[in-house]
Amino acid sequence: MDEQRQPAAPVIEPGYTFGTVTDKISSIVLTRPTSNGWFLGFGVAFLLTMMMLFAVGYLFARGVGIWGVTIPIGWGFAIVNFVWWIGIGHAGTLISAILLLLRQSWRNSINRFAEAMTLFAVSAAGLFPLIHVGRPWLAYWLFPYPNTMNYWPQFRSPLVWDVFAVSTYATISLLFWFIGLVPDLATLRDRSTNRAAQIIYGMLALGWRGSARHWHRYETAYLLLAGLATPLVLSVHTVVSFDFAVAIVPGWHTTIFPPYFVAGAIYSGFAMVLMLAIPIRKFYGLEDFITERHLQNSAKVMLATGLIVAYGYGIEAFMGWYSGNRYDSFLLWNRLHGPYAPWYLSLLACNIFIPQVLWIRKLRTSPAALFLISGVILVGMWLERFIIVVVSLHRDFLTSSWGMYYPTRWDFMTFIGTIGMFLAAMFLFVRILPMISIFEMRTLLPEAEVKE
Amino acid sequence: MAEFDSPTLLVEAAHRTHEAGYLKIDAYSPFPVEGLAEAIGFHKNRVPLVVLIGGLLGGLSGYALQYWISAISYPINVGGKPYHSWPAFIVVTFEMTILFGGIFAVFGMLALNGLPMPYHPVFNVPRFAFATKDRFFLIVFSTDPKYSPSETRRFLEGLAPRSISEVPS
Repeated sequence: MDEQRQPAAPVIEPGYTFGTVTDKISSIVLTRPTSNGWFLGFGVAFLLTMMMLFAVGYLFARGVGIWGVTIPIGWGFAIVNFVWWIGIGHAGTLISAILLLLRQSWRNSINRFAEAMTLFAVSAAGLFPLIHVGRPWLAYWLFPYPNTMNYWPQFRSPLVWDVFAVSTYATISLLFWFIGLVPDLATLRDRSTNRAAQIIYGMLALGWRGSARHWHRYETAYLLLAGLATPLVLSVHTVVSFDFAVAIVPGWHTTIFPPYFVAGAIYSGFAMVLMLAIPIRKFYGLEDFITERHLQNSAKVMLATGLIVAYGYGIEAFMGWYSGNRYDSFLLWNRLHGPYAPWYLSLLACNIFIPQVLWIRKLRTSPAALFLISGVILVGMWLERFIIVVVSLHRDFLTSSWGMYYPTRWDFMTFIGTIGMFLAAMFLFVRILPMISIFEMRTLLPEAEVKE
Repeated sequence: MAEFDSPTLLVEAAHRTHEAGYLKIDAYSPFPVEGLAEAIGFHKNRVPLVVLIGGLLGGLSGYALQYWISAISYPINVGGKPYHSWPAFIVVTFEMTILFGGIFAVFGMLALNGLPMPYHPVFNVPRFAFATKDRFFLIVFSTDPKYSPSETRRFLEGLAPRSISEVPS
């Protein structure tokens, strides 16, 4: 039975010129009136951000005891959320940097808002290490600054490595994103009619005029930044996984963690990219730029990384049995039969079984199905971090040390609040900056090719 | 300054202008055009060197910082590890290399480009606003030794541009 091979969907719908591409994207920022939907969405996100500030304020006033952390589970939602957010951020850098190095032109329409997503995700992530310490007013002690107490950070600790890794990641992501924006800010400067907008975009555009010499240096810097960002992305989540892997707790002390965490990060990151891209392309009419091809490719990346994550779970379970180590075997038994078993089983369903439907082409190309499956994956990845942190801590070596972890309302308020902060930032970004890279879209057009 | 409709026309015009002996020329486009920089005679791209220097600086300073802190200034015994525990130092050294490399890449590129430069004479030409949209420009600077207002204008007209503008200084 022969199946007709469907031609691949285009990366950009035909029929566009340099001018129409520019108009379509810049008009969203410059001329399109702000819709009621935007105000509603931003309003809700802003309120959630306020809730987060309230929860954090109360935390500073009363202390970490308002959260569910206790002995033996000394690390709860804070670390789970930190790892979840950082993981989400990695897809943006992968799309911007790694797909650039692999010459995948389909990255051009999604890299701008994916990088913005990374920045906001890293900001949300960065909040947790700062607030979850017992004395948050001393959080600056994590940095090696010269001080009168003659003390320094301890460089053999993955927590200190985290400080450097996440700070580097945040800085490089910001620089990469801003540099990518400069030519588009110049476009907005030249197209805006409002004097204030001209000045603001003009100052931010740094006087960019599109000189060939400048473009040449720019392209080199961009490529080198991508080359630097690629190992950075891999190293950041590896360092985050070291937070667990260098400890001795069963379920944490395993060498599978670095690749497993990185694959999981890309998995959840692409899920978030899709959950943002699908509504954005619908409400702003950008289906010609973010085509079925983008949805398909993202789904395929999710499928691949999902299988790597599934392998990670499999090897963990296998080693639980094969090692013969009673604590590792108990970990496996506890995950399947202990008090948190329903969560572990949901995790397996969300991360391994449900996303397998992406093998079906029809579901890979349906925006609604992808949106739902991405949501399931995001939930699953959160559950994975929860299982890793809580289940390993609540029953480790000595049975007299066993306990239970129950998150409090403040845990939830802080977490949901950071989601609100992330969404509020995304709404603002979409309103005031071009969410698709205009100059990179121009390079996709057939007219952009220099014919000999 | 001559205006063109397509990158192919611009690259060809740039070649011919450079071959005609004009050296102080520049080309403007709304996106990076392959081969354009070579066509106007630009060969000395220093950005890779700047990034290399930055990366080396970052790596060395990161390692030196950790070594000085852990082995000289504040040595503490952590799990029996030697004071100069170099495997543990790898991570932060790596991150510092990337950090400095990236910062030098961005600021080095901007510095080499002379940006920020909010004012430039070309902005006085109204049509130049299209350089960031869909038009391509070629300019011969008046500081070029071969420049002459009438000769150069006639030469540019020979390239069949969409329009020619004189850029006020």
